[in-house]
Amino acid sequence: MIEVISDSRCIRCDICVRVCPANVFAKDDQGLPIIARQDDCQTCFLCEIYCPTDALFVAEAADGPIGITEAEVEDRGLFGVYARGLGWSKGRANGAQFDTTHYLRVAQV
Amino acid sequence: MTTGQTTPANGVRFLEGDVLVVGGGPSAAWAAVSASEAGARVVLADKGYFGTSGATAPSNTGTWCVAPGEDRPQVVERRWQRTAGVADQRWMLRTVDQSYRGLLRLFEWGYPFPKDEKGDVYIANLRGPDYMRFMRTRVLAAGVTVLDHHPVLELLSDGETVTGAAGITRPDGTDWQVKAGAVVLATGGCAFFERTSGAAGLTGDGLLMAAEAGAALSGMEFTGKYTLAPYGTSLNKGLPFRWASFYDEQGNPQLDSKGQHLTNGIGGPSEKDIVKALIAGPVYARLDLAEGALQDWLRQGQPNVMQPYERRGINPFTDLFRVELKPEGTVRGTGGIRVSTHDCGTGIPGLYVAGDAASREDVAGGTSGGGAINSSWAIASGWWSGQGASAFSRRRGAPGVFRNHSAPIGQAGLRPRETVFAVDRKAIAEAVRAEVAPLSRNYFRSGPALAESLQRLDVLWNAVTRELGAEGPDRLKTREAASVLASARFSLTAALARTESRGMHRRTDHPGEAEGPVRRYALTGPDAIRVEVQSEADQLQEKAS
Ligand SMILES: Cc1cc2nc3c(=O)[nH]c(=O)nc-3n(C[C@H](O)[C@H](O)[C@H](O)COP(=O)(O)OP(=O)(O)OC[C@H]3O[C@@H](n4cnc5c(N)ncnc54)[C@H](O)[C@@H]3O)c2cc1C
Ligand code: SF4
Ligand code: SF4
Repeated sequence: MIEVISDSRCIRCDICVRVCPANVFAKDDQGLPIIARQDDCQTCFLCEIYCPTDALFVAEAADGPIGITEAEVEDRGLFGVYARGLGWSKGRANGAQFDTTHYLRVAQV
Repeated sequence: MTTGQTTPANGVRFLEGDVLVVGGGPSAAWAAVSASEAGARVVLADKGYFGTSGATAPSNTGTWCVAPGEDRPQVVERRWQRTAGVADQRWMLRTVDQSYRGLLRLFEWGYPFPKDEKGDVYIANLRGPDYMRFMRTRVLAAGVTVLDHHPVLELLSDGETVTGAAGITRPDGTDWQVKAGAVVLATGGCAFFERTSGAAGLTGDGLLMAAEAGAALSGMEFTGKYTLAPYGTSLNKGLPFRWASFYDEQGNPQLDSKGQHLTNGIGGPSEKDIVKALIAGPVYARLDLAEGALQDWLRQGQPNVMQPYERRGINPFTDLFRVELKPEGTVRGTGGIRVSTHDCGTGIPGLYVAGDAASREDVAGGTSGGGAINSSWAIASGWWSGQGASAFSRRRGAPGVFRNHSAPIGQAGLRPRETVFAVDRKAIAEAVRAEVAPLSRNYFRSGPALAESLQRLDVLWNAVTRELGAEGPDRLKTREAASVLASARFSLTAALARTESRGMHRRTDHPGEAEGPVRRYALTGPDAIRVEVQSEADQLQEKAS
């Protein structure tokens, strides 16, 4: 579930507010995104990879928040972890050309 | 400007188009491109953001990719053997053919496919976030009017023909209507409020809307599909569990019915033993059969699947972690709106269907189409429905002519018969899930338990149609609750009607397949649900006439 928006990383670009498929975010009067409807979050991690500055963190627990802090996410190097796995960077898509799933499909049978 | 737009005094925003596509997953994308290439002015309205919403966007989908050639019919025949006798090889062959063309289109458009070990382009896999983002740009380039965060709440009809749809915008709840020459429902499956990645918007809205318009649903009993996930997470992706071994809480191996260590959690013969172990108590897993390069391929090829482990700081190849089976409703099940014509018409004039909103009995039969067939079906049915809808719209002429005669036809969750009473959506979700989610009720089914479940949900349905409603943006929530409830009642009704075990419909009181021709159960509703039994012979006759 979405838990952390890093105030210092966020550049107030609005992208997460627009792209979240579950419409979880809203904007406060400073233009900073806020988690307005946390319980609607489907733990899909997509806001993270669209964010150009890796300012968002979604914890893996789907049923409710675990209370992870920005400091812990930063310490453990977890900002942008999914984007790096995919090869996306700065909110831009990349890396599908290196997908290794075909090896898995061969090995699967 | 591809669509006319006016804002009359009552605050409802009106748009007009030849074809309205409802949804924002792959089937909606292909329907929009196809209708647009056929010359239609297309509007696409998605509940979420087109590009991230739906079951494909957060995942990594393998397609059913069979190159043209002499052995295609044999490949289809072999796959048909795994459909529990329900699928239709002609539809399977058509789907293979059309979806292969779709994959070639993607290649021509420049989708970044990977290369295989021989250095050849590998087009049989589409990475969800990349694929859907790519489709968004193609759809916009085709001149389609895309409406993000515009959930459709109900269809418009002139009494005979579907003439558009009405919805609201998120988050403010402003009303809008699109008058269209034809409508494609590409709203995905119903996940019964399961908290899995991609499932948030998959509340069976299209199933209820189609039923209200008079369309039939079919295959709704084939909803006994579950996939493993790390406990408490959103990641129900089966592939890595191909290399899993299973343990109990103390770390002792779980044994199968033959006394062997339980392994391989993706379908297959071990599935029932894993289910039994999970009914008995907590089950743990480790991906310890993935060695060497396989671990790297899993990390690089399935980065979404690795997220729970990364974030929890565990190594799934060496550490034990708890697992659960997530129910998947009609998403990895096969039920949905019955397809009655070759161009994915529903039998209701002006109403077409694509992707998971449609019954996939013709292509996946009584077993799951997840893992290959569903994504190919989304491409193929999207294409056909776009063609069908644009041709219908052309035959029908300008939307202005019928605008004044059409009216919204949604009932449950929108227009309660009596007073609007605060029916708690959470309570409805829990009541539905208690009947259709537990392994002990829905993986293993029995007549008496199904009848009890159905009775409880019928009582709830009565209360919902009498009292459930809301104002402004909350209408989305009440309508979703009504749609999930309607889908669950359809599923239970069909499961009760099919007095045999077949594919992912398992009746403990009727083990084994019934003798004679394979039947299908077509349901109409949504209030008093009517069941019509069709055998293979009827279907052949219907298609021939
Ligand atoms: C984890 C997972 C892995 C999978 N892997 C594979 C695989 O490897 N191979 C395979 O073949 N299949 C796979 N599938 C299945 C595949 O993802 C689906 O078949 C496919 O996404 C169906 O496409 P669709 O467009 O019909 O529906 P979806 O992609 O689910 O999209 C439905 C769309 O409808 C929109 N919508 C819903 N209600 C409304 C409304 N009222 N108004 C407006 N819009 C609405 C939603 O926002 C969404 O955009 C997988 C599914 C899951 C869950
Ligand atoms: S996408 Fe990232 S940078 Fe942009 S508003 Fe959201 S959190 Fe801030
Ligand atoms: S994880 Fe998905 S649903 Fe949750 S906030 Fe991010 S984009 Fe939205």
